[in-house]
Amino acid sequence: MTSASPIISLNKVSKSFGKSGAASSYVAVDRLDLQIGRGQLLALLGKTGCGKSTIFNMIAGLTEPTSGDVTVDGRNPFREFDSFRGKMAIVFQGDRLLPWRTAVQNVELGLEMLDVPADKRRETALRWLGTLGLRGHENDYPHALSGGMRQRVSIARAFATDANILLCDEPFSALDEMTGRTLRAEFVRLVRENGKTAVFITHSINEALEIGDRIVVLKRPANIAIDLPLTSATPVAEKEAIRHQIQSVLAA
Amino acid sequence: MTMPEATQPASGWSLALSKRGLNFVLPFVVVAAAWQIASLFFPPFLFPSLIDVFKRCIDIFTSWSQFSDVLATVGRILAGLAGAFLIGAALAVLMVRSRAVNDFLSPILTLFQGIPALSWVVFAIIWFHGIEPRIFFIMVMTTLPAFTFQVLAALQALSRDLMEMVMSFRPTRTKLFRVMIIPAILPDILTAWKVNLGNASRVVVVAELVGATGGVGYELLQQQQVFDMAGALAWTLQLVFFVLIAQAVLTFIESIAFRYRATSERTL
Repeated sequence: MTSASPIISLNKVSKSFGKSGAASSYVAVDRLDLQIGRGQLLALLGKTGCGKSTIFNMIAGLTEPTSGDVTVDGRNPFREFDSFRGKMAIVFQGDRLLPWRTAVQNVELGLEMLDVPADKRRETALRWLGTLGLRGHENDYPHALSGGMRQRVSIARAFATDANILLCDEPFSALDEMTGRTLRAEFVRLVRENGKTAVFITHSINEALEIGDRIVVLKRPANIAIDLPLTSATPVAEKEAIRHQIQSVLAA
Repeated sequence: MTMPEATQPASGWSLALSKRGLNFVLPFVVVAAAWQIASLFFPPFLFPSLIDVFKRCIDIFTSWSQFSDVLATVGRILAGLAGAFLIGAALAVLMVRSRAVNDFLSPILTLFQGIPALSWVVFAIIWFHGIEPRIFFIMVMTTLPAFTFQVLAALQALSRDLMEMVMSFRPTRTKLFRVMIIPAILPDILTAWKVNLGNASRVVVVAELVGATGGVGYELLQQQQVFDMAGALAWTLQLVFFVLIAQAVLTFIESIAFRYRATSERTL
């Protein structure tokens, strides 16, 4: 259930690369204000190169904003990086599986960081692989799995830590339409069932409409162009109107 | 009478294996035969019979006082390589973490690479008193630059995507090394060991030749003083055997550690 209090908050956040004021300086994010409520599934939509991944990296604590504040659960994710251990999990664009680990060992990775005992770790990893339809492939190395299976392993890896916040950076963009759609549906179901807050970055309008209960469309440099609430009960005709609205914003 | 069809592929394989085996052995057989023929026409201090060389090898294997010299040399090689690897890996980590350290150390290590092994032997004799510290110093100084540059290159080539993925789980420094860095650079580390093993086995002989009272290099010097070519060859073969065994061990470790790698039916 969505709570009104924001768990992720970006206040007047800017991020530029290169020396400030230099000709080569590039502003990726420009005074962005964005609040994401607890339990919300936010689709962050924008064209390629609009700064979506920079926002993602700032929320994940992998990059520090040039100005402004990013807080997650009231803390700074960059400066208090270690304090988010086990509280935030990421599903990346590529599966990013460690090639020297089997599927089950890859899923155990986050649990190892949390010092979960080996037997409990294995039990949790096997359960998540089973949930994602990978029973029988637990001991396969990544090279022996298909693209869809590898991405399932990476989703299992993110869910296994039971983190409250899930950050997803176009995780299904490299998959074929059918596999992507199936995994999206599974992902949304798991997020809802487990009461997670999720930020889902995408450049696909269809994906944003399928996944999000809120869609934020970004302009370039990254700032909010439109912010659209959605529910599963949103009528199809209204979704079509939203689609046209998003298309016109992205085309501008 | 024809062979049953089912056995034909097996015989094809064994034929191919036999051919490969023959191709491998043939050059050695030719060299050995040429040597043996030469031994019939030249005095033993120039070309001793291979039987004499074989007997000397057996003597070395069966006599503890001689075999302990082989073990001493092996110990010096392994200690030198281990020391150079540990120091080199530590330097490489510092260099990858700090551009200033990298800029400072890179020219020094390049300079060290240009210094001949024999110069390090002379420096070691002047600077150190004990035999073992001298040889350890020589071994470390001659293999340190290669180890450092090889580990540095491996660290610089770490996948940024995989690093970010592991970092997203907020690992401690120890866990980051255990789950990500060491497995990722292990192939390069093993290659570095293979390359440096050959270098070290050549350098250790020079070091022992000049600055030791035991070991394969020292024994080679003894053989040279009495013009005993059979002995010189037998002692040389001890080092060759060691390098072959060590390479086989490293290859075995590779086959276990890298079983995760995909293999393609089409290879280079």
